[in-house]
Amino acid sequence: MGGLAVVVAVVVVALFAPYLAPFDPAAQFPDGLTPDGRPLPPGSRFLLGTDLLGRDLLSRMIYGARISLLVGVVANGAALAIGTGLGVLAGYFRGWIGILFMRFTDLMMAFPALILAIALAAILRPSLWIVALVICLVNWVWVARVIYSQTLSLSQKEFVEAARAVGASTSRVLLRHIFPHLWSTMLVWGTLGISTTVLFEASLSFLGVGVRPPTPSWGGIINESQSYFLDAPWLVAFPGVAILLTSLAFNLLGEGLRDAFDPRQVRNL
Amino acid sequence: MIRYLAGRFAQSCLVLFGVTLLTFFLLFILPADPARMIAGRSATIETVNRIRAELGLDRPVPLQYLQYVARLVRGDLGRSYAQKIEVRDLLLSRLAATAYLMVAGIGFELLLGIPAGVLAALRRGSTADRLIMVGAFAGVSAPQFAVGLLLLYVLAFRWGLFPLGGYGSFAHVILPAFTLGIAGGGWYARMIRSSLVDVLDQDYVRTARGKGLPRGKVVLKHALRNALLPIVSMVGLDIGTFMGGVVVVESVFGWPGIGQLAWQAIQIVDIPVIMGVVIVSALAIMAGNLLADLIYPFLDPRIRYE
Repeated sequence: MGGLAVVVAVVVVALFAPYLAPFDPAAQFPDGLTPDGRPLPPGSRFLLGTDLLGRDLLSRMIYGARISLLVGVVANGAALAIGTGLGVLAGYFRGWIGILFMRFTDLMMAFPALILAIALAAILRPSLWIVALVICLVNWVWVARVIYSQTLSLSQKEFVEAARAVGASTSRVLLRHIFPHLWSTMLVWGTLGISTTVLFEASLSFLGVGVRPPTPSWGGIINESQSYFLDAPWLVAFPGVAILLTSLAFNLLGEGLRDAFDPRQVRNL
Repeated sequence: MIRYLAGRFAQSCLVLFGVTLLTFFLLFILPADPARMIAGRSATIETVNRIRAELGLDRPVPLQYLQYVARLVRGDLGRSYAQKIEVRDLLLSRLAATAYLMVAGIGFELLLGIPAGVLAALRRGSTADRLIMVGAFAGVSAPQFAVGLLLLYVLAFRWGLFPLGGYGSFAHVILPAFTLGIAGGGWYARMIRSSLVDVLDQDYVRTARGKGLPRGKVVLKHALRNALLPIVSMVGLDIGTFMGGVVVVESVFGWPGIGQLAWQAIQIVDIPVIMGVVIVSALAIMAGNLLADLIYPFLDPRIRYE
């Protein structure tokens, strides 16, 4: 449950960023640089040090948590919605819809996802929403495949057969009889997905095609400091640790949820 | 078997066709103008138009696509907009570096993942198991660019053990490959642990133990052989992903592979090069999967393709 604790902590930090951050994340402090213009290492005034422009790293990282979570939730939520929708439809109706679905997901899986994402993000003007859109485009296919196979087996179960036999409409069968069984899968994949999304967003921002400066994002901070990291390694280390902890926490939480929903898995422990 | 292969081949061609189609139209819908990129900011409209006509970009997109495919079937990937070289030559010049990094990266994944996974499975439920599994998760969750930069800082800059990026000797490949190995090794360790735990519970393992074979021998000779099977398809997947260019790691370490090529091409909207990289990546992904599927029956006689 260490995962849950860190997830809660990151959410709290993101929500209350203005109250928690010691400084304005965009403020450039004259005393935030050494006399010859270098960033300050961690110290008593600037707890995690300052960046190349003399801004407080801690404050920027606290605000950066907002970007990571926002992209994580938005992109992953959209991917989950699209993936579940298409997966359920294809798995329930089968036939040519199912075939079309399988072939299209085959195609998406052979697609070099990261290159596609970078190309899209670079050519469209990078912004938070474009980044979320791109990640969603790449991620939905995995959810869709899982939901598809679950719906496929669910729709052949007796209780679905029975519901149809007593004359329930298609939408009623889908919403009342199939969907409730998919919740746990969606929750597990939704949580695990945030972990990959956080990493994905950080990678795009690191390459400079993610969220644009001056908006602080963890990947972006590392991108800005990359040329200077031999002199100021803390500018890479602290945001790197923040990304690692957030992604790790969502992974652990997702695993925990999976074990909780599927007791058969616990035998592996 | 031959029928199976023929089926797979036909399917791969179809997927490849779909990938080129999707990429091509995606690149043309986007609001980027390669002609203007090449001409530069100060160019007049006439210059831009002339370049556009030279590149054939003034023709309708479906026609451009047909021409592209017609050349592609003959093995002609076109010329780079920016470098005026054949895309095929450009790709070939990068292939060796990428393959080198792939082999070394997969080597590190196995080197880190297998012992960790085996140890965790044998000590199931212990503190060591928990630590290894959290460590494996951390490896998977770590941002590769930060790991790479920090490795460079400590091992290359501070301790001077390795060169600060670049390409050349054996020492150059270790840090980028290790960076790749940390993430992949995490997946491998988790996979091996769960499959070894399953195998260790099976009757034939109990029989082997029961007839008095020492534990180490049972694990190495009987259990591990079966438990390592899923690794084959994971390596297959990795061949695909790594050959498609690991943009982030190549960019951190200045590794002159496909990923860097893709990154440079994307920044200047060099469409033939982007298309070429996408095709190579898709081919590699399909080849990696096929390779794993073909090796499987040799390792596990229970699997046969009809």
